[in-house]
Amino acid sequence: MAPLELERLYREEFGRIIAILIRLLGDFELAEEAAQDAFATAVEHWPREGTPRNPRAWIVGTARHKAIDRIRRESRFDHKREELLRETLLNNGAGDAMDSDSSVPDERLRLIFTCCHPALAVEAQIALSLRTLCGLTTEEIARAFLVPVATMAQRLVRARRKIIAARIPYEVPSDDILPERLEAVLAVVYLVFNEGYAATHGDSLVRADLCVEAVRLARILCELIPSSSEGRGLLALTLLHDARRDARISASGELVLLEDQDRTKWNRAQIQEGLELVDCALRDAPAGPYALQAAIAAVHSRASRPADTDWRQIAALYGYLMRLRPSPVVELNRAVAVAMAEGVEHGLQLIEAIAARGELAEYYLLFAARGDLLRRLERWYEAAKDYRAALRLVTAEPERRFLARRLAEVQAHLRGGPG
Amino acid sequence: MQYMLLIYENEARKLSPAEQGQLMNEYMTFTQDIVKAGKFKAGDPLEPTSTATTVHVRNGKTVTTDGPFAETKEQLGGYYLVEAKDLDEAVAIAARIPAARTGSVEVRPIRKMNM
Repeated sequence: MAPLELERLYREEFGRIIAILIRLLGDFELAEEAAQDAFATAVEHWPREGTPRNPRAWIVGTARHKAIDRIRRESRFDHKREELLRETLLNNGAGDAMDSDSSVPDERLRLIFTCCHPALAVEAQIALSLRTLCGLTTEEIARAFLVPVATMAQRLVRARRKIIAARIPYEVPSDDILPERLEAVLAVVYLVFNEGYAATHGDSLVRADLCVEAVRLARILCELIPSSSEGRGLLALTLLHDARRDARISASGELVLLEDQDRTKWNRAQIQEGLELVDCALRDAPAGPYALQAAIAAVHSRASRPADTDWRQIAALYGYLMRLRPSPVVELNRAVAVAMAEGVEHGLQLIEAIAARGELAEYYLLFAARGDLLRRLERWYEAAKDYRAALRLVTAEPERRFLARRLAEVQAHLRGGPG
Repeated sequence: MQYMLLIYENEARKLSPAEQGQLMNEYMTFTQDIVKAGKFKAGDPLEPTSTATTVHVRNGKTVTTDGPFAETKEQLGGYYLVEAKDLDEAVAIAARIPAARTGSVEVRPIRKMNM
């Protein structure tokens, strides 16, 4: 097996393999270490001896032995525990769990609910999910979230220890708590995507790696829980937004607004898949918040030119979303859509109402959005004031540069010429 | 697996005699329920923090001070020790403690000692 194929196997199978190993070993940390050991052995052996018939079974089998080695070496457990563990490892039919795909339920389903258990801090849920389900290394996760590797490692260690010490269940939640647990899982995927799509800090506006991982996580979820229409909605949402990734950033790394994007750069295949999923998710009435957000993204995706955008439909969809999940941010988005559909003045009134309540006083997009509407109305002085307020609050570097450009344009008008 | 459910409440909260009686009944019902279900190991209310004494031993000398170790908005007011199969079950039991609605309940796994 070529290194690239092995890499692909790692990417695709790590989650499944880890899930099986955790089930066998009852220990997250040991399972991860053993899996890493097994993959390292594969890198060494497979090119020489050829790829085994069932690569996954080979990795799981090898990892089991590596786990026993590790327990011995580190005498991590007392003697009695080791005996018990060996017995479990050797006798509990692990072979069945590896060889066939259809006869056993996918172990990743338990894993995803354990990783996203509400007793863990949200940052830990995200880190554990990326580590175990996507196979990202601690270094990769640390880099993606711009925290020191030691901090991320510590976060993961604490989470794994808590899973064991507090006995956070490794199982699919019972029906009575399943809906709220599923919501927590979806929220983790959404957070990963958001951090990738609109990185809140640092130089790069988009962290493509995180977007890709979020799409993968959403895909795994849909595969594992095909009955969840919100899961499909979330997958659609991530696909449709991610499809615009290349058009959203200019060659020089600047933010390009939706209306200015070169729509031929949108990933058509991804959009097609997203649109089909949206239709499917919307058929299950009533549509949930992810399906609605995906539906909004779908309206944009269907317009081949900005002028073709059905803003009335977008405003209506934000209206539904307001009823489902009222928030000033959703209200702000609706106001912008109304401005586009029914006239800038009308939208501006709605934004003024939000601003008057003071809830979004620290949210730069409130000022950026109002500044934009004022700019369209050629109320340059007020627009400049809003752009300056937005600049004081923004944290991502490319967004800051974008706002600075807009401010300069507006100021040029103020000085009496279009600049 | 055993969990300690530590009940934190604002002990300054004033209750009418009727409310007190109501609360007492709720605790009785809850305790009887978990005893019947075989989940109850132990449980007691505590006297208020005004009766607390904190003890330190430094350089072999015992020093006692009046009051709890730390002043907090909510005070430890009682506990249950319960048997549960996992954290989800322990949390479900904790959520049924009447004080969970007005104060909070900290769920702590009991550490197994190999002795």
